[in-house]
This record gives sequence, structure tokens and C-alpha cells, in this order.
Amino acid sequence: MSDLNTQAVARYKNNFLREVEERVEEGDMVKMCMQCGVCAGSCPLGPHWQHSPQKIFMMIRAGKREEVLTSDSMWMCTSCYNCIVRCPRQLPITHIMHGLANYAHRLGIAPKGQPTREFAKTFWNNLIKKGRVNELTLTLAHYFANGIGPGIQIALNMQKIGLGMVLAGRLNPMEIFGGHSVKDLNGFHAVLAKAKEIEDRKKGFSA
Amino acid sequence: MADNKFAAYICSGCGLGDKLDVGSLEKIAQKEGKMTVVKNHPFLCSASGVQMIKDDIANEGVTHLCIAACSRRAKTEAFNFPTAAVSRTNLREGVLWVVAEGSDHDEVRQEMAEDYVRMGCAEVKKMKLPEGNPNRDQAQNKRILVVGGGMSGMTAALAAAEAGYEAVLVEKTGALGGFAANLWKRVPFSSPYAEPQATGVEEMVAKVTGNTRIKLHLNTTVAETGGAPGRFTVKLARESGAVSDETVGAIVQASGFTPYDMAKLPELGGGQANVVDQAGLEALAKTANGGAIKRADGKIVTSVVFVQCAGQRDDTGTHLSYCSGHCCATSIKQAMYFKDANPDVDTVVMYTDLRVPGMGEDFYRSAQQKGVIFTKGKASKVTGGDSCKVEFSDLILDEQTSVDADLVVLATGQVANAGVNLDAWTEVNTAAEGGNEEAKVKRSGMKTISVLNLNYRQGPDMPQFKHGFADSHFICFPYETRRTGIYAAGPTRRPMDMLQATEDATGAAMKAIQAVENAAQGRAAHPRAWDLSFPSARLEGCTQCKRCTVECPFGAIDEDEKRFPVFNEQRCRRCGTCMGACPVRVISFENYSCDTVGSQIKAVNVPDEDEEKPRILILACENDAYPALDMAGVQRLSYSAYVRAIPVRCLGSVNTIWITDALNGGYDGVMMMGCKKGDDYQCHFVKGSEMAHYRMSKIGDTLKQMGIEPERVVTEEVAITDNARVAKLINDYAAQINDLGPSPMKGFG
Repeated sequence: MSDLNTQAVARYKNNFLREVEERVEEGDMVKMCMQCGVCAGSCPLGPHWQHSPQKIFMMIRAGKREEVLTSDSMWMCTSCYNCIVRCPRQLPITHIMHGLANYAHRLGIAPKGQPTREFAKTFWNNLIKKGRVNELTLTLAHYFANGIGPGIQIALNMQKIGLGMVLAGRLNPMEIFGGHSVKDLNGFHAVLAKAKEIEDRKKGFSA
Repeated sequence: MADNKFAAYICSGCGLGDKLDVGSLEKIAQKEGKMTVVKNHPFLCSASGVQMIKDDIANEGVTHLCIAACSRRAKTEAFNFPTAAVSRTNLREGVLWVVAEGSDHDEVRQEMAEDYVRMGCAEVKKMKLPEGNPNRDQAQNKRILVVGGGMSGMTAALAAAEAGYEAVLVEKTGALGGFAANLWKRVPFSSPYAEPQATGVEEMVAKVTGNTRIKLHLNTTVAETGGAPGRFTVKLARESGAVSDETVGAIVQASGFTPYDMAKLPELGGGQANVVDQAGLEALAKTANGGAIKRADGKIVTSVVFVQCAGQRDDTGTHLSYCSGHCCATSIKQAMYFKDANPDVDTVVMYTDLRVPGMGEDFYRSAQQKGVIFTKGKASKVTGGDSCKVEFSDLILDEQTSVDADLVVLATGQVANAGVNLDAWTEVNTAAEGGNEEAKVKRSGMKTISVLNLNYRQGPDMPQFKHGFADSHFICFPYETRRTGIYAAGPTRRPMDMLQATEDATGAAMKAIQAVENAAQGRAAHPRAWDLSFPSARLEGCTQCKRCTVECPFGAIDEDEKRFPVFNEQRCRRCGTCMGACPVRVISFENYSCDTVGSQIKAVNVPDEDEEKPRILILACENDAYPALDMAGVQRLSYSAYVRAIPVRCLGSVNTIWITDALNGGYDGVMMMGCKKGDDYQCHFVKGSEMAHYRMSKIGDTLKQMGIEPERVVTEEVAITDNARVAKLINDYAAQINDLGPSPMKGFG
């Protein structure tokens, strides 16, 4: 278990709702849920979740910290916003789901190997390197995430599309050598560092 | 009688003149109906038509009118002649619009119209002009007695006083305020509906005590109530033993409720340490006075669980089966007591369905903002003690789990303080009157919980409707009870919160004012508003059978020492259930009696068997079934032209003599149409329709003795919206009568 997680447990003891309110994006709206279940009924991926948003909110209130944060449910959200549109209490459910996923990831207890989480990590790492997404390295990193064999298989399957994109000028093969960056890469990294500092302060991670 | 002059007016408007031979109708009114004046008019409800009638009343001395035009439910303002007895013959909705089109039907249509003219003339000949309660001089008291000095009672007394009526307020304890006085705060009743508000009881008490129109009796109960609207006499007993009399015109019973006894809920910790009901929590909050709430043992509460629906909405039949409506909002309010004093107190409201009527949803949201946790779960076991434990099934997460708390609050429901259950009373009273000593003791015991101690023949309190509440019919007559001039207000009528109770009490006070004003003019208040007729009995023919006194749905009739009925006119709602009950037919109204209907039945021309024209009598309740028949006409839904419909005040007023008269007279069938009966009845007179069904179930043997098939008499439940169904009912029944063949009684009549 990560240090951050141990600290959080110590800090909030049994009050998981307060932890969510303070540390999760829009977490202070969780208490406003009235358990009508419209979100659960509206979610297109409903049958594939372990816990519907309605249940996640109830679990938060019931203090089921471990179960919520290690759940893969919020990672299944496709951001269709059906639930937000329909929630009679106007909870920003989609945002809360992403907030929970983010928090679990931050604490290092999100489910390992969960595809959405893995791809998000790949995407983020690719993005912060040069301040922009390098389509080629991102694609390759994604293809080869599961090893060389499957990577080659996927790449062969996608060969035609890749070639078409190269010919149409939508994909530059030269980008494989690091690619180009945003104009002020140092400035970009400074922005990220500042944002993290602010967030850590706001959510009580620092000190 | 010598001065009576009878007139018939036949309208030929609305197409009546085109399809009917009005000339021959006039002849029938004259020759068979024996009308002195017979006139027709092409547009009778027009100014000139009405003037013609008015002139005849003024100049010709006409006292009795038969108006043969449209339904009695139409053109009531035009055909309003207060100084004359009026019968209405329904040629338009009853004949023209319901007999099938075409010249094939000309003959039966004309016959139907002729019969209706005969019936109208026969009816009016038996009618008298109702003059109202002759004893109205003795019913002039307009004071309002309010029983109960809680929120409802004080509101009712103030409402009456502010409307200019004197009120007498009786409270059995030594102080006003009732249940509300024991509350720390109340559920918000004004915008933004977010915080508990002050109860306002003290201000209200000051208003009541300072009002010169309100006479206050504290430490007082009602020892006896007698009389009728406009002349109730009430004996008040003070705790000290002193007795005083008050005379009042109407009564508002605001006797409130008692919280359901949590001792009956041992599985939910009732009776164990640190388990309280909502009233118990109010006491703790009052003691805390805005500070941290402490338990009985002095420990500051840091966590509390509210168990909703404790002993309520119970489908096992052990506890209350209903929802008391206020408890969710009350628990929300009480959870806020804790959160407002200290936001760190854990407050859990455990509910199965959170019900917050009115603006309660805003209050609910406010509690969520404050951090009150709402858990959808059903508590199965509560253990009290130093640390309480609530075991419950989580209805969202579908698991059996538990939560610990310093204090558990049970949201038990409201039990009406409605006095004696009259069904139980009747049984005991009958045994006691039969000389059973044990029953006599039991009867005195029962009387101790009575609120009004009515000296009515049917028992000391108002009849209870559902779940022991003194309601009459929640949907149709929300303010009425089954005792005329006595109105229930607040949680004694149905479960409700304080805001609803104050509205309810205001409504009850307004109804009480209607009752006294109508009583002073000798007329009915509800539902036959302003009806001046009232029942009278020819006592020399009475056999003291007591049917009328027992069956009156409103307890209007008492018995004198010789067991003759005593009619308390203003208690009467003019339904005629007594008239229907009377086996010797001595009870009648001036304009509605066994004769007015009986003579109509006899006036119909019943054709011989070989003419193959059956006659079917319809006795239709004028509240629902008759309007449905009219509506069938308005929609031009045709039905058999062999029926002859007579409106009755209530199916309960149908005397079996009418049935036997009709069948003896050669009718082939009798259809009775009344309102829905049973628990969710729609009968305007509560029991009328039920009584009729019961009586008809008993006449099968009589019919068999007469040699008549029992299926020739049917009773149907017809709602006011049943216009299409009613036409089908008639046609199906006519086909059935056709299959049965002519009545064996034909030709003997």
C-alpha cells in the first residue's frame, strides 16, 4: 500500500465521505444523492459495471473506502453525460466518477491492469513529454502494451489504415524519433508543476 | 289542499316539438294528469317562457308545476320557482336524445314521453312545498365549540372568532398548545424551507387568550353532548368536579393524536435505554435548549440513528398499516437539531421511502447540505444500552449490516384520538341494553375515552372510517364527518403535520360556520345544500322497529322512551335512508316520499302481454347514476325505449314497496343504480348504496312467493362517469328481460 494511501487512512479515519468531499473532484455533491437510481438506469454501460453510480454513492456514505477505491466501476465511464442530464438532484455524476478514478489512481490503489487506466497512463506520459500528443509513439505504445507478439499482430491488422494516414499526410513517420514539442516546453512543465502544487494544497496532500 | 292549483308546462324547443306529438302530451297532462292549467311553449326556458310560468303563479294562483322539458339537472336557474312545488319531466335527455333515431321508433318514443308526462303530473300531485325546519327558531345558536386546545383547536377557534363567530374552546389539560407545545422547533412552513422554525405556540396562545370572542375552558372535558346543529347543548366537566352548560351551533373536534406506543416495538428497542421516540427526542432537545443534546444518562450524543416507519406501514397486521406523513420531515428536523449544535455529530436517517410532502423536498436537501446521512435501509433489530446497535438490511447495497449509535430515535406514527369505536360500542351497548351486567361495566369503561360523549342513539363519538380516524370520505368529502354539524380537524381526522393541521382546522371552522348558518335558516348544509325539505314521521303508524334509528348513516334519529323515532332535523342530510328502511312507510319528506315515487310508478301505462312492449323501471341515484343517464343522452347513446327512469335521492331511500308495486303492476323488471359501496365507497350518504344492496339481497324470497324470477330485480353500481356503460347496462338488461319473457304478473295489476 502506498504512503499516500496510508496517510489518507490515518487522516480521515472512518470518515470516507469527508475524504471524498475534500479530495475528490465535485466530491462534496455526493451527499446530495437521493438514491432514486436514475443514473444507474441511464448508464449505457450499466450492465458492465460492478457498482452503479447510485451504489457507489451509497457505499461512500456507508464508509466502504476500500471497496469504492479499488472498484473498476468508475473506470468504465465513457463520459456520455446521460446521468448528469437526468439526475434530478443535478449531481455532476460523470465528473465525480472521473474524480474517484483519479483519486484512486493517485493513491496507487486503483485496479492494476485495468485497460482504461493503463491507456490513460500511456496517454498522459506521452502528452507531458513534449506538451503535445505524438500520434505515432502513442499508437505504438498502445499496440505493444501487452507485449511484442500481440503488438505486431495489431500493427499488421492496422497496416492499411496507417499507410493511408501517412499518404494523406496525417501521420509523420519521422515523429518516431522523439517528435516535435510545443514552443515553450519548459514553460509547459512549469504550468503542470504549479497545477499539481495547487491541487496538492487544496486537497491536503502536501504536508 | 283546496288552494292547490296544478299546472303543466310542456316545452317544444330543442327539437322536442319535431319528434314528439306535443298536442297529445298536453291532452294527457290534462285528462290523465288532471292538471288544471296546461300550456306549451316553443322555448320554455327563455325569458318569455319563464315569465309565462311566473305570471301563472302570480295571477292564476298556480302552486304546483310539472315542467316537461329537459332534465332536472339542466336549466335549474331558469326553472327556479321558490314559492311553488316543482316536478321536472325529462323529455330531452330522457327521451328525445336516447331513443334511437328514425320513424321506426316514433311510436315507442311518443309512448315514453307520454309516460314521463303522466309520471311528472302524478309526482307533483303528491308533492308539498318544503318550508324548512319548522323548529328553526330553536336552532339559532351560532357559537362554535372547539374541543381540543392544540394547534388545530386554537386555529379553528381563532378562525371562527376572526370570522365574527363566538367560539368556546375546551381543553382537558391545564394549558393550551397540545402536542406542539412540547416541540423544540417545527418543520419549516415558510420560504426557504431550509431550517427548523419556532413553533409559534406561545404567540398563538396569547392570541387565543386575548380574543374576546373566544371563551376558554381549561382542565375541562365534554361530559355530554346533545341536540343538533344550531342547538347543541354541551355539558362541560371541570377537573375540580364543577359542571357548566354551553349551548353552541356547531362543533369542531380537534382532539389530536397520540404517538404510537413504542413499547409495542421491543424488536426495535422500544423501552430500552437510549432508544426514544420522536416525542422523546423533542424533550431532550428542549432540555438542551440549542446546545449539545444529551441522553437521559447525561452523555452528550455524538451519533444518532433515526429509524423511519417504526411500527408503521406494517403489512403483517401487528402495527399501524398506514404512513403518518409527517415523520420523515420530523426526523429531518430532529437530525438538524444535532447538526446545528455540532456538525460533527453523525446523524443517519434510515428510511425505506423518504416522503416529504409539501415543500419538504427543499427541507430534505437542506439536511443533506448539512451532512445528514440518508441510508435506504430497513431496520430489523435495535439494541439499546450505552452503545446502541441498529441492525438493518441495506436496500441499495443489498446486504445485512449494522450501525452503532449513542442514541436511536424511532419514528412511530400517529394514532387518532377519535374516541370510542362505534362498531365495538354497538355490540357492547346492545348487550348492555339487553341487561348483561358485564357489558354494562364494559360500556362505562369505553365511555371514559369518549371525546364528545354524544347522547346519540348510535353512540358517543363520530363513526371512524379507516384506521380509527374520524374521517368520512377523504376524496369526496374531505371536511365532512358522519355527524352533521360536527367537524373533525387535524390529526384526529387523518395523519398530518402541523401545517396541514392548521389548514384543516381553518377549513373545519368554515364548515362549522356553514352548518350554523344553514341551521338558522332551517335547511341542509351538505351535500344537499340549501334543501328545505326534512323528514317527518306519522308516528301513529310506527311499529317502533328501530330500523330508521339504526340505519341512519348520520345518527340523526334518536329514540324517545317509548322507542319512537325522534328526528333531529338539522342533523339530517335528507338522504331518505330512513324512508327506504321503514317497513310501514310512515317516514316522508314534503317533496319526496313513498307516494311521490310510488304514484309515478303507478302512472306508467303498462301495455298488455301481447303487445310485446316490456316495461323496465329504473331507480337511479340522482347524484351519480342519473347524471350518467343524462350524459348518455347528451352523447346521443341510445338505450331501450322501454325503460322508465325515476331519480331517487340515494339508493338507500328506495323502499321495497316500490319494487313490489312495480312488479305487481306488470313491470317486467326493475333496475336500481347506485354509487359504489364498500370501503372505497362513493355514496354521497356513506351507507345508502350499501343498505340498498343489502335490502335487495333479502327480497329474493318475496319475489319467489310472488312467482317472479329474482333476476327481474337487479342492483348496479354506476359512477358519474359511466355514461357509456350505463347505456350498455340498460340494453343488456333489456335483452335479458326479453329472453325471460313477459312478467307473470302482467294483467293482474
